[in-house]
Amino acid sequence: MSTKYDDSPLMNLTEKKVEVNFKKESQIKEVWRRLKKDKLAMFGLSVIVLMIVIALCAPLIRPYSAAIKMNMRLKLALPSAAHWFGCDGYGRDLFTRCLYGSRVSLTIGFATAFATLVIGSMLGALVGYVGGVLDDVVMRALDIFSAIPSTLFAMAVVAAMGSGIFNICVAISLTNIPGFVRIVRSAVLGIADQEYIEAARAGGSPTLHILLRHVLPNAIGPLIVQTTANVSSMILSAATLSFLGLGIDPPQPEWGALVSEAQEFLRRSPHLLIFPGILICVASFSMSVLGDGLRDALDPRLKS
Amino acid sequence: MTQELLKITDLSVEYRTDKETVHAVNHINFSLNKGETIGLVGETGAGKTTTALSIMRLLPEKTGFIPNGSIVFEGRSIYDLEEKELHNIRGKHVAMIFQDPMTSLNPIMTVGEQIAEALELHNTDHKSHEQIQARVDEVLSMVGISPSRKNAFPHQFSGGMKQRVVIAMALVCEPDLLIADEPTTALDVTIQAQVINMIRELRDRLGTAMIMITHDLGIVAQTCDNVAVMYAGRIIEAGTAADIYKGEFRHPYTVGLFSSIPNLREKTARLTPIPGLMPDPTKLPAGCSFAPRCPHATELCRTTPPAAYKNNTHVIECHLLEGKDGWTKEARV
Repeated sequence: MSTKYDDSPLMNLTEKKVEVNFKKESQIKEVWRRLKKDKLAMFGLSVIVLMIVIALCAPLIRPYSAAIKMNMRLKLALPSAAHWFGCDGYGRDLFTRCLYGSRVSLTIGFATAFATLVIGSMLGALVGYVGGVLDDVVMRALDIFSAIPSTLFAMAVVAAMGSGIFNICVAISLTNIPGFVRIVRSAVLGIADQEYIEAARAGGSPTLHILLRHVLPNAIGPLIVQTTANVSSMILSAATLSFLGLGIDPPQPEWGALVSEAQEFLRRSPHLLIFPGILICVASFSMSVLGDGLRDALDPRLKS
Repeated sequence: MTQELLKITDLSVEYRTDKETVHAVNHINFSLNKGETIGLVGETGAGKTTTALSIMRLLPEKTGFIPNGSIVFEGRSIYDLEEKELHNIRGKHVAMIFQDPMTSLNPIMTVGEQIAEALELHNTDHKSHEQIQARVDEVLSMVGISPSRKNAFPHQFSGGMKQRVVIAMALVCEPDLLIADEPTTALDVTIQAQVINMIRELRDRLGTAMIMITHDLGIVAQTCDNVAVMYAGRIIEAGTAADIYKGEFRHPYTVGLFSSIPNLREKTARLTPIPGLMPDPTKLPAGCSFAPRCPHATELCRTTPPAAYKNNTHVIECHLLEGKDGWTKEARV
């Protein structure tokens, strides 16, 4: 082919110095520039970053021993200067427990949402775009999965594989993948009919290339919104498992577990519920405003 | 320059659904030499786009079927190719300009990226990133868009500029064959003229063969060497542009197409449209498919499909040519 280009009077590439255009970097910059304008999304991002930093620095703030050391004299103590969030039913410092709980909860939330995003979008895009027998087989298999109540399914997985953060993540991801696949599939079905997909095929793009470069990027809106919503709902799923005794082994703290422990003392000491509850709310609110902002920032059509 | 690039022999295309079979293209033949342009003319639904899609092997997999016929491109049958070879041909050797520039560009990729994509996919001689970008700049200036706008997104362009981008995408790999599927239908008249001139100029400069699909006879006159008039999935008349525009005999349908165009020099009270509609492609008539609308139709036309009559380069499928001087009857395929 080289001769073809050399012969053409239109090709005079040889001596032409061209300014190299790092388009990938400039596009990320562009998205960041647009995201920065969205005040609410920036608030969400700051809160999430702050939570992650605090979780990472937990040992610098309080020693882990304070989270599991019982002191019955401080049982159900109210918030004070020494114990900012008060103490739980065993006299353990609630602030320290929330601090270390954030490590587990954020890990579970992000890891499962990410795993669901990757597996769910690949599978959903594939079945939506390829269709036919593959679509029927995969979707009917997922229907069977979703026919089993999700908590029961997660319990079965944890019971079979044993507890521990990794196994909990696997169980929660598995229960969420069918719904995610369905969302991706429906978005992809709409996009696959577009003329630019046909144009891409006419340009010689192989199927996988079309999926990754043309179909999925156009479906990114619903994917991001669903993923950010997943982060918080998965923190709560982990809480359900903990409540049923199949989650994180006590005495290790985790936000969901703190909430379920608190219900025992709901009337006398509501602060046990309020503090971890607020943390879960703030985390999920921040995630969803960040998700909305990201969706808008990633869509070039909304660029002003 | 007379090397044969594309040969379509006895091609039929059907769309099969549970309820019915649509005979979209019926036994068509044409060939195209390197550097030549053929115009496919006809009403909407005549099978022009289906023909184009079947050349690219882009017919919908579930419903589109080819019961008979062959398409040979550069000596190789398109339908015997492996998937990989097909990807190599699409975009690099055969490129297509789609009808609607508004929807044929990916809304979330910059125009530069979309033009570069075909180059990256068919990068057999390992061009560097800089060379690819230089080529993108070059093609953009070729179609009259400043290269500085390559980082813009499609929605920031007007319709005419989008169609220029689509043309740039098709030409970036310097294909041997360009299929232009009604490239100007979605554009307004002033832009139409610009785009047609540009396509013609680029084709002449690059020596690309072209299939120009249109229902606009003016465009055909401006751009094409040969013309094939399609009606209900058949090529009912074919020949050089001169045959079609100035020939002594023409198919009644072609005559009808011409009298549907307003003429500036003659003062006519009203245009003469062709009465009626194209036959339902699920139930084609037994005889000539144009017979129900033809002013000259006889009983013979309604019962027996016409043979093809040939006079040098000019071929017409019509009973009226029976026994005319200089026209030889050929077996109907």
